[in-house]
Amino acid sequence: MEKKLSKAELQELAIEKKIKRRNFISFSAFFIGAGAAFGGWKWLYDAEQETAGITAGVRKPLRRALNQTELFFRRVFSNDHKVKTYPKDRAAKNVRVNSDIGLNNDDFSAENWQLSILKNSGNVLKIGIEEIRSLPKTEIIYDFKCVEGWDQIQHWAGVRFIDFIAHYQLQEQAKMQYVGMETPDGEYYVGLDMESALHPQTLLAYEMNDKPIADVHGAPLRLIIPVKYGIKNLKRIGTISFSNQRPRDYWAEQGYDYYSGL
Amino acid sequence: MKIIQEKHPLAIRWTHWVNFPILLIMIWSGLLIYWANDVYTVTIFGYTFVHFFPEWFYQWLHVPQRLAEGMAFHFLFMWFFTLNGIFYVLYTLVSGEWRLLLPNRHSIKEAWQVLLHDLHIRKMVPPQKKYNAAQRIAYTSIIIMGFGSVFTGLAIYKPVQFYWITWLCGGYHLARILHFALTIGYVFFFMIHIVQVVLAGWNNFRSVVSGFEVKDVPSIEEIEPVVEEQPKAQPLPVTLKKKANGKKTK
Repeated sequence: MEKKLSKAELQELAIEKKIKRRNFISFSAFFIGAGAAFGGWKWLYDAEQETAGITAGVRKPLRRALNQTELFFRRVFSNDHKVKTYPKDRAAKNVRVNSDIGLNNDDFSAENWQLSILKNSGNVLKIGIEEIRSLPKTEIIYDFKCVEGWDQIQHWAGVRFIDFIAHYQLQEQAKMQYVGMETPDGEYYVGLDMESALHPQTLLAYEMNDKPIADVHGAPLRLIIPVKYGIKNLKRIGTISFSNQRPRDYWAEQGYDYYSGL
Repeated sequence: MKIIQEKHPLAIRWTHWVNFPILLIMIWSGLLIYWANDVYTVTIFGYTFVHFFPEWFYQWLHVPQRLAEGMAFHFLFMWFFTLNGIFYVLYTLVSGEWRLLLPNRHSIKEAWQVLLHDLHIRKMVPPQKKYNAAQRIAYTSIIIMGFGSVFTGLAIYKPVQFYWITWLCGGYHLARILHFALTIGYVFFFMIHIVQVVLAGWNNFRSVVSGFEVKDVPSIEEIEPVVEEQPKAQPLPVTLKKKANGKKTK
């Protein structure tokens, strides 16, 4: 027993020791890392909801992430980036109706409807549908995209918002950062960043498939904004306002991204 | 006797394990989003074989009515998924690991032989380096799939700003289908991967955590009679060192 270990045995022992040491270090690091990752996930998953305001319904850190991501992707926004358009025969005859929020006011009458432009001076500009129809008309046949995931090629026509701004000399208003639009009953409302509102494909639409828009699609005038999900395409516009703060937005209060840009 | 053989560099182990929970979160949050318009099926000649997904599946995972939440998670973890993927690809390129990962002209034939072997039809496997041919194909495909997920994801996330990506994906509608199909692909990859890891055993699994495998090689005494004429114990340590990349074998 007093015989010294051979060189090979010593080497073997040294290797065993080394294996043990490296296993210990790497598995410790692995479990600490896994624990930290799990802890981080718990923290995020259990994070407090944001204080309800212009946006609501999302965990605080996730809302921060949504807003940061918005800032990143706004950098690639350009008026030169247009939604793809299609020939007329590709447009759906049976256009999908997904929501009637803001359209359920029994007192509403399309005949008496007027669009109200709330200027920051306090003046209100009232415009009838015939007047809007007399403005230069623009058509678009494009793939409408819903936040739920469906899309449909639809045919709309109306006045471009940028033409509308120019015609009513609202350029001063349009220097602000946001546009707010609401239904006449105030049940549905959207906020839009100005650059998206002024995108050359954004329309105040009064025709669908060459006919006046039906009630369920937002008669007499609705927003068609192809650079946004359907949730921003307000039906039956009652008022339009301008602001440097984000106007209230129906779905941003329900946990959706405020920007919702495409 | 045992020797330590280096197998997976730290960067590869790191990206592998970072990717695992991120991909899991991406698939889960993607499911929360998909639920809102769950139209995909496997339908052949009018018969629907699979509907993605049955109601019990949604209930089991508490999926319904969480679209907004799903989007919020998805659009945060997409960053980590993408950055981790970029880091992995850059590492394999710079380190030269790509040579062990990319399939070569023999890979298809060899992968077939590996498959036959794994199914216990064929006895021998072709000689391999770190990865066999089937692994080379699988691990390269999964990276292409990861790229595909980011690409088709961008196509449906910003179809106007990245209209050319959407165009390359065959349009918005098709891009969403591809994005979904890739996810199903990950799930299949994962299932096969787990089975293979279990079959490959502890030594292989450990190497993805600790980086090395333990190999049994004939000890000096054992090989002595065979190499009678050679000077004692000289050549072996040299080969050992070389095998182990000259690092950390002492």
